[in-house]
Amino acid sequence: MVSNFGFGALVITLVVSIYGIFAAVYGARKNSLAWVESARKAMLLTFPLISLVALSIIFLLVNGDYQVQYVYNVTSSTMPMYLKVTALWGGQAGSLIFWSWLLASFASAVTLRKWQRDREFLPWVIVVSLVTLVFFVGMSIFIENPFVRFWQTAGGSEAVAMFQPTGATPLVPFDGRGLNPLLRHPGMVIHPPMLYLGFVSFVIPFAFAIAALITGRTDDRWIRVTRRWALVAWLFLSLGLVLGSRWAYDVLGWGGYWAWDPVEIAAFMPWLSGTAFLHSVMIQEKRGLFKRWNMILIILTYSLVIFGTFLTRSGVLSSVHAFSQSAIGPLFFGYIGVTFAISLALLLQRWNALRSEGEMHSLLSREALFLLNNLLFMGILVVCFWGVLFPLISELFTGQKVTVGPPFYERSTGPLFAGLLLLMGVAPLSAWGHSTVKTLGKAMWKPFVVSLAIPILAYVLGVRHFAALLAFWLCAFVALITLYEYYRGVAARMRRSEENVFIALWNLASRNRRRYGGYIIHIGVVLMALGIIGIELFQTETQGTIPPGGQMALGDYTITFDKLDIFDTADGRNVARAVVSVERDGKYLGQLYPRRDYYYDSQQPMTIPGVRSTMEDDLYVLLVDWEPISSTGVTFKIYHNPLVNWLWFGGFVFIFGTLVASWPDKDPETVRVRSAKRKLSPSEVQSAD
Amino acid sequence: MNSAKKKPLPFPLFALVIGLLLVGISFFSVQAQNPTPSDNEVNKVAKELYCPVCENISLDVCPTQACAQWRALIREKLAAGWSEEQIKDYFVAQYGDRVLSTPPTRGLNWLVYILPPLIFLGGVYLVYRVLRSMKNKNSDMVSPLPAEPDQTDPYFSQLEAELEQHRKHGE
Repeated sequence: MVSNFGFGALVITLVVSIYGIFAAVYGARKNSLAWVESARKAMLLTFPLISLVALSIIFLLVNGDYQVQYVYNVTSSTMPMYLKVTALWGGQAGSLIFWSWLLASFASAVTLRKWQRDREFLPWVIVVSLVTLVFFVGMSIFIENPFVRFWQTAGGSEAVAMFQPTGATPLVPFDGRGLNPLLRHPGMVIHPPMLYLGFVSFVIPFAFAIAALITGRTDDRWIRVTRRWALVAWLFLSLGLVLGSRWAYDVLGWGGYWAWDPVEIAAFMPWLSGTAFLHSVMIQEKRGLFKRWNMILIILTYSLVIFGTFLTRSGVLSSVHAFSQSAIGPLFFGYIGVTFAISLALLLQRWNALRSEGEMHSLLSREALFLLNNLLFMGILVVCFWGVLFPLISELFTGQKVTVGPPFYERSTGPLFAGLLLLMGVAPLSAWGHSTVKTLGKAMWKPFVVSLAIPILAYVLGVRHFAALLAFWLCAFVALITLYEYYRGVAARMRRSEENVFIALWNLASRNRRRYGGYIIHIGVVLMALGIIGIELFQTETQGTIPPGGQMALGDYTITFDKLDIFDTADGRNVARAVVSVERDGKYLGQLYPRRDYYYDSQQPMTIPGVRSTMEDDLYVLLVDWEPISSTGVTFKIYHNPLVNWLWFGGFVFIFGTLVASWPDKDPETVRVRSAKRKLSPSEVQSAD
Repeated sequence: MNSAKKKPLPFPLFALVIGLLLVGISFFSVQAQNPTPSDNEVNKVAKELYCPVCENISLDVCPTQACAQWRALIREKLAAGWSEEQIKDYFVAQYGDRVLSTPPTRGLNWLVYILPPLIFLGGVYLVYRVLRSMKNKNSDMVSPLPAEPDQTDPYFSQLEAELEQHRKHGE
């Protein structure tokens, strides 16, 4: 019943969306406001429709209607209610619906904005949003239908179909298989929606970019309208990545936070191109340069968003066979290929109109440094893309499977990340338009000299690792320069208007939130880098088997194995939970409870670490193995992860900075007026920054 | 070792070669007298190898039964005095190149290492060209921008004042 209702709503969504596309194109071509308005109504209608679809699935999940295959695959009766609801994005079919739902809501929200200044964009924004929606909804209807059910055919065999085959009776399994245990974690409940919000928000700037290409209105309007959308997309994507890392650290039980897994990289790639885009659009806004490049970046980001959506859920890139067997793989690649080609064709058509207005004056100007930043981000992107794709290519041509693992990514992206850090220090000191070695050196030498103190201090304290010393110096350099920028601004304000420190800081930041929010983000990155340096370069580990009362040592820490309990829980787990006492230099610090959960329904074990976390370091204890009968020997693995907490703390700072930068202005048009002056008086190029 | 050849040695022959090598090594090696290698020694080798069945998980952290057996195998080999390299070669011979954390540098695999730097260099060249062409176009022109203003307090107060003015005018 509910399945049929949900499926019906899904089909109507598809029909309405297709109508909307045609109405919008027709309205734009004939210059008919009525048709465009009709297309807008269709766009607005998709949101309630797809909401009905999503609510139908949630209803089925909550009521445990196991005849529905999707419900059977992702829930079981023992699961708590919140996991049943969030199982909407626990599998591929549901995720596609969830994606469509978010897209419909965002696209609807956009169509409700004021369009007086850019009316001509509206039909094409609708077209791009709806084409994307049609792709996902079509995928849901024809390939990954979340409403298909189990049937017992007249012949006695099992069948999976949307509608009752003749002579068949409904087949209702007693219980579902349950959600993948890895996903039964609060982090996993919010991590996918954050990523998806990020993915979907990037569709909006892309839609405006395409609208600009089609209408030929190739000024900065599309960038100004969508700047906040891009920042919001970036905010959610960053949040999703940080949450995902934290989840991996807490749940996956291998002592790390990032494994360069294709799924992680899939979410990372649109973030890379998106970050390049956020920096690069500033060049266009301030100096009128690189319009074509910005178009390429947003087109690339859109393709990578679709690619990422596909990769995170399907797993079909794991082998050529999985790829060729699934219908979804070729369809996704086809869609990405076609949209990419069309977008590029549109771009080529407007190639000359997108000529740079201004000119580059200095190789050390801020725009030149931003260009280098883009180059480095693209370099990392190429490494990631190639690393993900290569195993497939290798298998295709040689039949031999290969692993492209973390050492490949770490070695090739390490220097690029270091270069980005360096730019982060230098670029804020260079001016738009014009900088020379002299002006840059004058601005930089003080923070540079002071920053050298940090690696020297680290050396005195016994750090001999060259890469670590260099990285510590870079962090210190960027942090100092960023704080120095704040200091200069605040000091100037204080002197001028006799404000106190806090008011001066507040006024400074609220005057140019993108700039000072951006600096907060930079500080966040530096803090995160500290955590990454700590765990990547200084992680130590040990493993051993000890009897009750036995001890193991790692560095200054000693753990004592107190006891092991094995018991069943009400939600279908068998839990083995060890109790260990932690001491450091003979001082008792507390107990940790590393455990191994075995899920009966999905027959999967999960290793949950016991972690003692401080800003200085984490002690991360894993229960690896035990002797079931005698309990005489229990194997523990201990990791010592220095500084890793700074990664999470830096993540918070990073997100806070993004919020500062993206918080809506009271009057967004002030920015436009301000920048319009740029053409009147050249000095504004610098002051408007 | 035999990594340049497409086909690995037949296993008995391979084992014999390894075995003879080991006899030689164990004469001189103190390590070979160690009866049971510690977990840390096993993990050190397992870290370098990837689980032949799971995707992208190194052998030292993989929680499956199969991987526990492979770790036991590494322990056996270490106890028998095998070196890390020998064990890695053994795993490659048994399960293919995918057990290595990065593709071995031969044949098509070179692409994985060469292509990204090439594309990156292409990017560097492109950026260089763009910067050069813009500078050249501009070299005989008088810069329409004023030189870098003095970044001291007067500049900042001027900047603030100007921004304030534009805000008022703009609204």
